[in-house]
Amino acid sequence: MIPNPSPTPPPAARLSGVRKTYGDVVALDGLDLEVRPGEVLGLLGPNGAGKTTTIGLLLGLLRPDRGRAELFGRDSSSRGARARVGAMLQVGRLPDTLRVRELVDLFSSYYPRPLPRAEVLAVAGLEEVRNRLFGRLSGGQQRRVLFALAICGDPSLIFLDEPTAGLDVEARRALWRRIGCLAERGSSVVLTTHHLEEADALSDRIVVLHRGATLAEGTPDEIKARVHRKRIRCRTSLDRDTLRRLPGVLGVEPLVGRFEILTARPEPLLRELLSRDPDLTDLEVVGAGLEEAFLSITREPEADTVGEEAA
Amino acid sequence: MNDTTTTLAATGGFSRTLRILGLQTRAELLKTARLPAYALPTLAFPWLFYLFFGIVFGDRPSVGSVTAPAYLLATYGVFGVIGASLFGFGVGLAVERAQGWLLVQRATPMPPMAALFGRLVTALVFSGLVVAGLFAIAAALGGVHLGPLAWLSLAGILLAGSLPFCAFGLALGLLCGPNSAPAVVNLIYLPMSFLSGLWLPVEMLPSYLRAVAPFLPPYHLARLALARIGVPSPVTAGVSFAALAGFTALSLVVALWAWRRDEGRTWG
Repeated sequence: MIPNPSPTPPPAARLSGVRKTYGDVVALDGLDLEVRPGEVLGLLGPNGAGKTTTIGLLLGLLRPDRGRAELFGRDSSSRGARARVGAMLQVGRLPDTLRVRELVDLFSSYYPRPLPRAEVLAVAGLEEVRNRLFGRLSGGQQRRVLFALAICGDPSLIFLDEPTAGLDVEARRALWRRIGCLAERGSSVVLTTHHLEEADALSDRIVVLHRGATLAEGTPDEIKARVHRKRIRCRTSLDRDTLRRLPGVLGVEPLVGRFEILTARPEPLLRELLSRDPDLTDLEVVGAGLEEAFLSITREPEADTVGEEAA
Repeated sequence: MNDTTTTLAATGGFSRTLRILGLQTRAELLKTARLPAYALPTLAFPWLFYLFFGIVFGDRPSVGSVTAPAYLLATYGVFGVIGASLFGFGVGLAVERAQGWLLVQRATPMPPMAALFGRLVTALVFSGLVVAGLFAIAAALGGVHLGPLAWLSLAGILLAGSLPFCAFGLALGLLCGPNSAPAVVNLIYLPMSFLSGLWLPVEMLPSYLRAVAPFLPPYHLARLALARIGVPSPVTAGVSFAALAGFTALSLVVALWAWRRDEGRTWG
């Protein structure tokens, strides 16, 4: 590897001012994004936010309409740049009639300094099924094969597009541990997800995408602080306007005989509520779950119903 | 020259490229051989057709000094190699493209030509098996006697002749969806084979159909193959070669266009 003379290492990957459209649909609208060396970057957003398009552009599978996509300081479309990159794509289905070890061997040959096959199989948890045909594997095992192919070239940068989509809780946790191992080895990781919990568990930094633009960016704690909201539900004699003027209230909605009050700081508000209306009943504080909280910043205020987000 | 070259050069380029090509070809061959839905019909249909129409009902008058089983060996050979090429490249590619296998490979530093190379060798291997089987049937059951040179040159022209149809299959595979590909390929393959005189000698077709044949690529490959076993061709070899070369070039242009178009699509 050629030593870099500049004091700050260049970003592992970068999008600058990238716009990408599919026909009339604007997938990315002037997006700037940087993947720093050694970091785990979580790209968070609902379906259609532009996450997969972002990965496709960074990998050079798509060409931006405007702006520039780079891998290690080179244009993403250069195949040489991809020698240091591994990718687990969402759409990938491999031929059913190839064995796990044959796929690993094939993909390892593409890279200049691949990991030994035994190590790849061990890291991906595939030793026991290494002689099995891809088509005979369970869904979780098939995802792990895609993961193995992403890491077999010992890449410095790994893209994981919805790595745990369609996995059960146990398989998801297991894959999280494997992704954690990658970060410990010093690789940069970019992962997309629509679960805040997943981004929180794995990322050093989270970028929230919405409609092809950055909605928020920060550490998992900063993002959670931004989206951390509670819903207080109660039956009270106070009217809506009074409630609305209480300190820390972000919104008030009538809810079949009760009110639902949205706040970021529930404790002082509860104290205030109970002192003003000692007869308050049916009290309920709904901890807006992480999913729900995240949705509250990506959803439009008028469409403020939550809960149908797929697990 | 460019960064690809330097990367390859820096990491032991040539032997590594050979290794990629070897593994890619091995993977394509294994993948296809384990897929009975491709392997069986590709091999068995030409063999069975030739057995029925060339041998069992083959006691037709000879064309000049060439017996019907010998004549039909050449045309069913053309039929067989076209099938192996169109189904391997056309249908196989369309299905894998839709499943994202191509995309998974494109996301790696794999040289794009490696995938093409592996597929091409696989199509040639299957073409070779089709031809070998037909030759065995012809020699054992059809009483076809050719000199060693004639056998070799017939095999050579058939294998080389599969290349234009690999290019055509590539274009179809990049244009068609996974569900429509088998239907589209059959709709082109079967009528085109009949009209080119691959099933029945073109001389036996009604005159209005005979007029169509010279506009079809398989006709020209058949004429070249038939010339190897001594059937005089109404068109010169040069014309047939030019027709096949033009067909190949046109297919490659369409394939390139479809490949570019695909880029923005798979990610919609």
